[in-house]
Amino acid sequence: MRKIKEFFIEKLILICGLASIFFVLLIFLFLLKEGFAVFKTVSPAKFLFGSKWYPISEPAQLGILPLILGSLLVTLGAAVISIPIGVASAIFIAEVAPAKLKEILKAGTELLAAIPSVVLGFIGMVTLVPWVKNIFHLPTGLTALSGSIMLAFMAMPTIVSIAEDALYSVPKSYKEGALALGATQWQAIWRVILPAASSGILAAVMLGLGRVIGETMAVMMITGNAAVLPHSILQPVRTLTATIAAEMGEAVVGSEHYFALFAIGIVLFIISFGINVTADIFLHRRK
Amino acid sequence: MIIKKLYLILTILLASTSVFAASGKNFIQIKGSDTMVNLGQAWAESYMETTPQDFISVTGGGSGTGLSALISGTCDIAMSSRNIKTKEIEIAGKKGIKPFEVKAALDGLAVVVNPKNPIDKLTMNQLAGIFTGKITNWKQLGGNDGQIVILSREVNSGTHVYFKEHVLRKNNPASTEEFAASALMLSSSQAIADEVAGNVDAIGYYGMGYISDKQKAVSIAKDPNSEFVAPTLDNVVSGKYPISRPLFLYTNSEPAGLVKKFIDFALSKQGQDIVIKTDFVPVSK
Repeated sequence: MRKIKEFFIEKLILICGLASIFFVLLIFLFLLKEGFAVFKTVSPAKFLFGSKWYPISEPAQLGILPLILGSLLVTLGAAVISIPIGVASAIFIAEVAPAKLKEILKAGTELLAAIPSVVLGFIGMVTLVPWVKNIFHLPTGLTALSGSIMLAFMAMPTIVSIAEDALYSVPKSYKEGALALGATQWQAIWRVILPAASSGILAAVMLGLGRVIGETMAVMMITGNAAVLPHSILQPVRTLTATIAAEMGEAVVGSEHYFALFAIGIVLFIISFGINVTADIFLHRRK
Repeated sequence: MIIKKLYLILTILLASTSVFAASGKNFIQIKGSDTMVNLGQAWAESYMETTPQDFISVTGGGSGTGLSALISGTCDIAMSSRNIKTKEIEIAGKKGIKPFEVKAALDGLAVVVNPKNPIDKLTMNQLAGIFTGKITNWKQLGGNDGQIVILSREVNSGTHVYFKEHVLRKNNPASTEEFAASALMLSSSQAIADEVAGNVDAIGYYGMGYISDKQKAVSIAKDPNSEFVAPTLDNVVSGKYPISRPLFLYTNSEPAGLVKKFIDFALSKQGQDIVIKTDFVPVSK
């Protein structure tokens, strides 16, 4: 009797464990099935490298290059802002800050992670956007830069908390050894601890960027959503995610536009899958 | 004991299903055009005041959203600021739904700029030039030196579609004019109103109801020889104002039951007074 019970519980847990893989597979299959239908009317090269996105015109022009570049530009901008600040604050929390301040800072970053993105988007719209417009004398503040700054706030908590973990798990003897050899604290951090934790920090950065590229709401509110090939970060852009969110409601089920939005979903899936796999590789290398 | 419990659960289940079934008859779901949300809400509220046993829920999302909800059977009335497309009728037919059209109000589309912008009148040709990106600086129109910032609604908006077909393409079905790629796509009329209020070089469009003293509505002329007309109630009713459009309610086949009662109410004198109160224009009757 007990054995049977054990057996069932074991299998039940196994099923629960497999469920997530199963769901990912189902989602991926569904995406593929719906997304590939668009290639009956548009060639993959034209879809990926076409520069015009006019999905509801007759005939529809479905080129997502401006959207891909828009997403990448916003992500790149967010990376440039969030990585140095995020890693530096992780170093400060893990190595430098006194115990009390450390707790406050940790709680603070977690709180930052808890702010819903629509709230950040709204705050960005009323404060950051006019600010960007005035500082750079732009015709409009709804630009990739505004999106990057807001998204940097969203990536920061992920980067800080995972990088801090990585730094924390560097054996104490490394630091003690370095200090005993006469290194200053900065030398010990820069030459010993950072290299030892580098793969964990890279993983932190990748996961932070994964969050940025998938972010929708804040981006839709403050980047202007103009589907134009971006030449500078001070221009409005339209991202992949914002396009899906803004247009899915309108797209007639079974139309070319509908399939194209799913194909955009595949592109997004591939990008974030790539980022996650890279992060995973770095995380495992650490062990 | 267990059997008793089972009976209890069963009776509760049965009771709750019958409650749901009963409530299904006096509940309708209305969905669609963001332009019409306030109007729909006002109709629903004043209708429910007179008949408190009926319940009407109104949500926005865009004309396309409402029509696809009607087609997939998840709403009873779709509000739409554009005609239903033939493609949509086809797909509806496949699902056994016959869209039925009721013209419930008119809407004047205002073109707005910042009050500090000296431009206060434009011709339809100039408008088309601005929104397709052929005119890029206010200087070209006799205004200040400043790059024009084009604001548009997203493609799920009936207003977007109407503006493209009637202003950019001048009602010519063969035309392939598009919004300039650099046009900013904002997700609501309110977002456009806010951006115009804060940006001297911006130009946008939306239903008359959203005009406030933070924006300036531009007077429009059909062609350079005709007079410039401001978007006012009188000018839309008389048909002088060139950019006005009908607002529709779509139902599945001819309205019946509560849906019919609600639509009759919307078209009644009282319903059309609400249309005026929410800054739209009543259908002439």
